[in-house]
Parts: sequence; structure tokens; C-alpha cells
Amino acid sequence: MGKSLKKSRHGRSEAKWGYIMVAPTIIGLLVLNIYPFIDTIKLSFSKTRPFGLYEMRGLENYLQMFTSGEFWRANLNTLYFCLLTVPLGIFLALLVAVMLNTKIKGRTAFRAIFFLPMVVAPAAVAMVWKWMFNTEYGIINTMLSSKINWITNPNVIMITCAIVAIWSAIGYDAVLLLSGLQNISKSYYEAASLDGATKMQQFFHITLPMVSPTLFVVLIMRLMSSIKVYDLIYMLVEESNPALTKAQSLMYLFYRESFVSGNRGLGSSVVIWTVALIGVVTAVQFWGQKKWVNYEV
Amino acid sequence: MKSSLEKSRRRRTAGTYAFFIIGSIIMIFPFVWMFLTSFKSVEESMLVPPTILPQEWQGKNYDDAMASLPFLALYKNTILMIIWRVVCAVVFSSMAGYAFAKLNFKGKGVLFSLVLIQMMLPSQIFITPQYQMLAKLGLTNTVFALVFPGIVSAFGTFFLRQAYMGIPNEIAEAAYLDGCTQWQTFYKIMAPLTKASMAALAVFTAVFAYGDLMWPLIVNTDLKMMTLSSGLATLRGQFSTNFPVMMAGSLLAMIPMVVLYLFFQKQFIEGVAMTGGK
Repeated sequence: MGKSLKKSRHGRSEAKWGYIMVAPTIIGLLVLNIYPFIDTIKLSFSKTRPFGLYEMRGLENYLQMFTSGEFWRANLNTLYFCLLTVPLGIFLALLVAVMLNTKIKGRTAFRAIFFLPMVVAPAAVAMVWKWMFNTEYGIINTMLSSKINWITNPNVIMITCAIVAIWSAIGYDAVLLLSGLQNISKSYYEAASLDGATKMQQFFHITLPMVSPTLFVVLIMRLMSSIKVYDLIYMLVEESNPALTKAQSLMYLFYRESFVSGNRGLGSSVVIWTVALIGVVTAVQFWGQKKWVNYEV
Repeated sequence: MKSSLEKSRRRRTAGTYAFFIIGSIIMIFPFVWMFLTSFKSVEESMLVPPTILPQEWQGKNYDDAMASLPFLALYKNTILMIIWRVVCAVVFSSMAGYAFAKLNFKGKGVLFSLVLIQMMLPSQIFITPQYQMLAKLGLTNTVFALVFPGIVSAFGTFFLRQAYMGIPNEIAEAAYLDGCTQWQTFYKIMAPLTKASMAALAVFTAVFAYGDLMWPLIVNTDLKMMTLSSGLATLRGQFSTNFPVMMAGSLLAMIPMVVLYLFFQKQFIEGVAMTGGK
């Protein structure tokens, strides 16, 4: 009797403290995220009027968006950016991670060097690359003794952005992959070398399958953030740059529509579209992972 | 036999070193070039072929950068934004993470699903209404506006919940039986056990707040209320051909974080690796 009374009082105080402790987070999420989420959906069906008023307009924004060449161009640009950065970036990150996983002197220093761009604001990173890619005086054209318009040629600009993006992300991805590599038990490699497997064979038959869950996480994350790319392109490509049409990503378009042109309804449609796109891409990834990700052992 | 094995291993080690040395040069060179350019005159920066070291080391570019951007204010805003975001994320996420992991209450599942929903949605979907709320309240161009979207952290809540789930229930029960209240059990016994996770969350929050560009650009348009990132973006428009000044400005903007990184390199990398995947 006494025990159960004590227990129920314990239970009540437990519940009370439970609510108190989640309250700030839940209230914050409701105000900062859930309400805005619903509001963005609503905005995507409305037109902005003066004095912060809105008018429901049904599918007008979506129709305008789907018939706009700029919108489809932004989709293509984003896709192109993903194709340029994700496969090559992850391949290089894996290469760095595998190298960092060997027993060599100075590996902590090398790891720190590759990770360095992560702690520098993308805005500052973009500035120095813009200078190095300068057509007349940039060090890159000097070294290549070329005259490539890295920043202003519409056909080159995405390659430029991709180089900077890969350079920025490689250390971060490598650190994540490295933690996956370090979880692989040494005994697999010992057994394999006793059986006479070469390093190459060991990589494809042990390392790759064993690191595939981490690789999958990195892939999902990198794809998501590439679809959302904005800051780097914004810093490298000004609005007056003739290459903008071939560089404008979906989020850049969102920013310009919502906060430069003041067309928040259309901007919201672009965000909703992008979120749907991310959802579909992620779902496909999760479906496709069965074919290559190894969760055994 | 043995010596050929030894030879191939040594060759491989040499290859690894070559890879790392070339890689390191590619990673570091932009920063070196930024540093060197920031001390050259505009005329010198446009020499063909370029000089490597400045002919005359001059600090004028730093004066120019500081004259066109209120760097002291930018530092202050950025530091305040980071501190508030880190404190809010760590404190509120610890509380909620503990409650979600260790306490029983009705509706826990539904409430936790709010956390998961936020984590799955990209932050851009919240931006326009968040901005409109602040604009309506007249709170744009304030430090509060910079902190606003980071007052709570769904990711932090999820991450610290994981940390608390890793701690056996017996510890909390023992503390409770010893007469600790629920709050004391959390605050004095359990929270200190998640120190490593809290530090990781702090590093993660700080690095991303510092790099964030879109939100500060939108919400604080007054130059004095900008962050280092958004301030740099305005410098870009002002000095579109004066690269030495832009390099000086970029260097000023990145120095504090890089210095912190040099000292706490291990914590930075491990913090980010621990929170990895977000």
C-alpha cells in the first residue's frame, strides 16, 4: 500500500517534470517551426499585398512557377550542381578517409588540415576562391596559362562552384567516413591477408561493404545539402553577373523571389517544391540502399 | 620474399605521404594566398605574372576593410549570436532530451514526433514566416533576430536524447531514492554525464551559426547589426575589383574561429564527427 502510494506520487511528479522540461522546446518548435511550416504552405497559395496582407489565389503561384523558364533553369542548375559535386566529392572524401585510416605519422595534422574549410564561413571561402578564379589576375589562370572566365562564363560557372563546394566539404565527409572505417574490426583484414588477399581486394570486399552504412548517411546528407545549395553560389555569383541564369540554384531563386523581388508567395512555392524534391530523392535513396548497403555484422 | 614485402610497404607509405602533402597544399594554399594578397597594394595584386610575397608589406587594406565595415560590431553580433544559440541549444535540448529519454508522461510520443518533423524539414521552409513574425514585432535588426531560429534545436534534442538513453536507469533511480528531486537528479547527476555530447552539440551549433548566411542577410539589413558572414557579403559589392581589401576583410572575419580551431582542433573534429550526419 505504502509502496504503491509512493510510486504513484513518484509517477505524478515524474509526469509533471516531464512536461516542464519539454515545455521550452515544444513551445519553441510550435512557434518557430510548426506554425511557419503551415504558414509557408498557405503563403504558397497567396499573393502578397501591401501592408503585409495576403490574398488567397489558389494555384496561381504554382502555375506561374511551372510555366517559368527561370524556375526550370534553376532545377537544371541544381541538378547539375549535385551531379558535379556529390559523386566526385564523396569519392575523394572516401579516398582521404582511407588514407587517414592508415598508420602514418602526422595523420592528426593532415586530418585537421582537410577539415579546416569547415570552420571558415562559406562567405570568406567564396571570397578567396573568387579572387583565385579571377580571369585577368587570378592565380589559377596564371598557373594554367589560360584565360578562362571562371566566374562570368555561363558554361563554366557551375564547374567553378563545384570545385569550391568539393574543396569545402571534403574534410567534413572524410571525418564522418573515417569514424565508420575505424569501427571495422582489424581481424577481418588479418584473416584476409592470411588468405593472400591484396590491398585492392581487401578494399572492395571488406572496407567498402563494411563502411557502406556510413557512406549511405554521408550520401543522403550531401545530396540534401547540395539540393539546398545557396551561400556559395550567392557569394561567387552576384546578381549582375551574366552567368547568373546558369548558376542560380533553387534556393537562390527562392531568396531572390522572396526577399529581393518581395514576391513571397512565389518564393514559398519554390521552397515547397524543393522540399518535395528532397523528400522524393531521399525516399529513392532509402529504397535503393537495399541493393548496396550492408547492415550485417 | 620478406624484403620485397617490406619494399612494397615502404612504397605504399611514400605514396600515402605524397597524397597527403599534395592534398594539404591544395587545402592550405587558398588561405596562404588570401594572407599574402591582403598585404599587397591593388596595383601589385594586378601584376602579371603575380608576385608571390608582397613587395612591401602594408596594412592599408586592413584599414580600408575596417573603414568600410564596422568589424567591432560584426564581431560582437556574431559572438552574441553564437553564445545565445549555443546556450539555448544546450540547455533546452538537455532538458527535453532527458525528459524524452528518461521520464514517463502522457503524449510523449506525439510531442517527440514534432521534434522529428522539424529535423526532416529543411530550414528554408521556415524562413519567410519567421522573418514576417519578427518584422511584425519590429524586432528585425537586433541580436534577438539573429538568435531567433536557433532558440530551440530539434537536432540537439534528438542528439541529447540519444546520449541520455545510453545512461543506465539505475543511476537516476539511485539518486531519486537518495532523496534527490527530479530536477536535482537531472541537473546534478545525469546532465554531467553527458558532458561530451553537450560539448559536441555546442561546437556543432557554433560552427553552423557562424557560417550561416541567408538568415542574417534577410533579417538584419542594418550594417551595424550584421554578422561577419553577412557583412562580408556587402563588402563583396563595395570592392568588386579591389581584391586585397576583400582578402583583408575575409581574413579578419575568419581569424577568430580559426584561432579557436587551432587550440581545440580535436574537440571541433570529434564534436562534428559525433553529431555527424545532420
